[in-house]
Order: sequence, then structure tokens, then C-alpha cells
Amino acid sequence: MKAGDILGRVYLGALFCFVFAPIAASFVFSFNSDRFPTLPLGHFTTDWYVRAFSRPELWQAIGNSIAVAAMTALLSTFIGFATAYTDFRYGFRFKPAYLALALLPPTMPLVILGLAMLAWLSQLGLSGTRVGIVIAHTVLATPFAMAICRLRLSQMDPTLEAAAWNLGAGQWTAMRYVILPFCAPAIVSALCLTAAVSFDEFIVAWFVSGLNRTVPVMILEILQGNVDPQINAIGTVVFLTSMSLVIAAQFLIFRRRHHD
Amino acid sequence: MTERTSVYRIFWRLPLILWQGAFFVVPVAFLAVMTFWLVKNYRMEPDFILTNWEKTLGRGVFWDAYWLTLWRAALAAVIATAIAFPAAYTLAFRMSERTRRFALFCLIVPFFTSFLVRAYAWQVILAEGGPVNAVLGSIGLGPYVMLNSGFGAMVGYLTLVLPLVVIFQTWGLSAIDRNLIEAAWNLGATPLRTLVRVILPAARTGIFVGAIFAFILTFGDFVSPFYLGGSKPPTLSILIIDTTKSGQQWPRAAVVSMMMILTLFLTSAAALRIAYRGRG
Repeated sequence: MKAGDILGRVYLGALFCFVFAPIAASFVFSFNSDRFPTLPLGHFTTDWYVRAFSRPELWQAIGNSIAVAAMTALLSTFIGFATAYTDFRYGFRFKPAYLALALLPPTMPLVILGLAMLAWLSQLGLSGTRVGIVIAHTVLATPFAMAICRLRLSQMDPTLEAAAWNLGAGQWTAMRYVILPFCAPAIVSALCLTAAVSFDEFIVAWFVSGLNRTVPVMILEILQGNVDPQINAIGTVVFLTSMSLVIAAQFLIFRRRHHD
Repeated sequence: MTERTSVYRIFWRLPLILWQGAFFVVPVAFLAVMTFWLVKNYRMEPDFILTNWEKTLGRGVFWDAYWLTLWRAALAAVIATAIAFPAAYTLAFRMSERTRRFALFCLIVPFFTSFLVRAYAWQVILAEGGPVNAVLGSIGLGPYVMLNSGFGAMVGYLTLVLPLVVIFQTWGLSAIDRNLIEAAWNLGATPLRTLVRVILPAARTGIFVGAIFAFILTFGDFVSPFYLGGSKPPTLSILIIDTTKSGQQWPRAAVVSMMMILTLFLTSAAALRIAYRGRG
């Protein structure tokens, strides 16, 4: 191995350390007895977990988070798939505008989206409800679902659908027996990823949630008080949840490629 | 047949238009309309007044926040681009396909993990009595105050955007025709010359798209400046939250939002023009 190669690898390793340091630190500190952790570390404890998870409001927040994430995943995956299929199958006049509508939301600063949602949902009488959070999260998550489904559709032979029609299948039948089975891994992947997006999102949720706090919103509110290592414990659980979802999503979408 | 065809087509096309129309386009448009509304007795009333624009844009606080936010976002985009490049270069040219895929796989993960908790972890790591200062102290340095400063905010920004910038740059670099690089070598170009004259121009789009995303994300980020940057002086996002949460001055927060959207639009449009210039 040349010197340049080694240097490159060391550099890459350092960058990965920086990116993953906070995730690792949160995990380590969550089992550490010190309120203000430093080196050398204090002794091992599960105390922060016990304290955090004995709070009834945390369980309520977890319930809210799961309900919101599940609804968001279903809605945004449906809209995302429908959009990806439209893009794959049809050409039409306003397609650039249509695709912009599909892909722009992630570029909008969340604070602005939060304010816009709060103002608009208040007009509709939906602010402060779980439905309001689901609406906002679906806007944010749909582009990711669309991207995953579009990626999968681009791997499909476009003549496959036409072949089904020629064999006498109607459009709905072709969708049911040709396209949906082909896209199944992407759909499950999109469900996982959009659930992760919703599960982690806190700014828009903070604006519109009112009393129906999700887990990240609860973390945000604890953070505005004092240093509290319970956050590391809750955070570690949040990390593990969203990481599992994202890893599952990636496995589903990238694994199949080798077979095609 | 045509009747059924159109039902099918509309069934797949309409959901996006309805949903993003009703809950993305309309709310943002409503935000724009709201900037002209009147706030009376803590309630908004439809009106057409310019007071919100005058009061917001006439305040020094707004412009201080504006330039600070713009400066920090530009700085973060430049720093992230510079830091990411050697890593992306290594990934694109020095790694096997397998390792590269695995590395990108890992880099996607943090983008979807709670940035809030990661910022909190940095608060602990960088604290005056925290692990970093403990290590530095053992070799006789410090303690340094790293939190509640521009440095602290920058650590947050980089944590947020570095994975994404590396991914975009790696994609850009991987797409370069290897023959081009070998041709440069064969024609006697030095490594530096090859980098500047061949690799950088060919990877321009990936580099710019990464930088644009870094700019957009840091420009709107509220967590880094608030929890790591000390929130004073405020950035635009902090200004929006303060204005919204304290009292009912939503229209003025909407004015700040409009200025942010305008700035992001102009900057991205300009940067995309450069990124795709000469690409046809």
C-alpha cells in the first residue's frame, strides 16, 4: 500500500470518527454514572434508563411518536409510490413543475415549514393535534418515498407492463400482478425510511404538536432546562430505532440489485 | 377504454398534487399573504398593510442576524466542501467498490438520526469539564471554551452536513471517466495538475450540489446556533422561533421567513447555474 493510500484511509477514518462521535458518546454516557461526564469515565449504571422510562409522559410521547410515524409512513409511501409511478409511466406538459412539487419540501428550512404549518393548520383548526403532525410529516417524508420507489422502477424493464396488457391484463391487474410485486422491496424500504423521518423530526412537530408531544419534542423541552443525562438514555433508544429503520430500508433497496 | 385509462392515470397522479398542494404550497403561500396581515389584541386579522415588512426590515437586529446567518452558512459550505473532498477522493479512487458502498451506506444513516440528540452529545463532549478538555488538559493544554461560540455552532453544522457533502462528492468523482485521468498522467501531467485541470472540473457538479445542500441546511438550521452557538447573537431561524413563540407576532416571523426563502432561492439558482454551466 502506498503512503497516499494510508494517508487517505486515516483521513477517512478521522472524518467518520467526527461524524459518529456524538452517536457513540451518547451511547457511552447513557451508561455512565456522572451527571457531567468527562474522562476518565464514572462507573457503569443503568440508572438514567430506569429514571427516564419511569416517566409516564415518556411513554405517552412514545405512543404519539409510533402512531404518527406509522400513519406518516403509510400516507407518504402511498403518495411517493403514486408519484414515482406517474413519473415512470407518463410524460405530460407540466411534469417539471410536478416533479418540483415532489422534491422541493426537503430544501425548505424546517423552521419556516413549521411556522407555515402552524399558521395554516391553525386556520383549519388542526394545530395541536396528532393529525396535524401527520400532515406535516407526510409533506416532508413523501420525497424520500418517491425517490426510493423511482429508483426501483428504473430497474424495471418498461416493456414488462406492456407485455401484461398484451396478454389481456387490464391496467389495474398489471399493476397488481406485475408492478407492485416488483416494487415490493422498495415499498417496504420506503415505509421504513419515512417512519424514520417522522420519528426523528422535531422542529415542525414542535411548532404544531401542542400537548401531543412526540419523543423528539419531549427531548427538546427537557433540553431547554438543565443538563440531564436522561436525554442520553432516551437518545440512545431513539438512535437505535431510527438506525434500525434506515439500515433495514437500505438493505431492502440495495440487496435485490445483485439478482437483477 | 379511454374513460378507464384516465381514471387510472388520475388515480396515480393526483395524490401528490392534492397533498403537497394543500399542505406545502398553500401553507407557504399563506405565509406570504400573512406578512401583510394585522395583529390586533394578539389575534391576526386579514388586511393589507406594510407595517410588518417595515418594522422587521427596519430593525438592526434583523440585519445583524441576516448577515451572521449568511456568513455562517457560506463558511460552513466552504469548510464542509474542503474537509469532505479528500475523503470523497479516497472513497472514489482508492477504495474497492465494496468498501465504497459500505462507507456510503454508513454515511446515509446519520442523516436520518436525531440531530437534536447528537447536538446534545456535542454539548457534553465539548463542555469546559468535558472529555475533549480532559484529554487536552492531560498534555497541558486548555481548558478551552468551545461552546456558545461560532466554533461550537460550526461543529454542529459540520456534523449535520458532512455526510451528505461526502456522498454527493463521491458520486460526482465516481462518475469521472478513468481514461481521462490516465490520459492526463500519460501526457505527463503532475498529480496536482491532474487534480486541478481534470478531476475538479469533471466533478464540479457533485461538488457544487454538495455545497448547495450544505448551505441550505446550515442557513435554516436552528439546533447548532441555539444549543452549540449560544443563540446570541441570534440567527434568522432563532429570530423566527423567538418571534413566533413569544407573543403573537407571526406576520413578522413570516417576513423573516420570506427573506430566507428569497435568499435561498437566489443563492441556489446562482450556484446551480455555475454547477451546470457548459453542460448543455
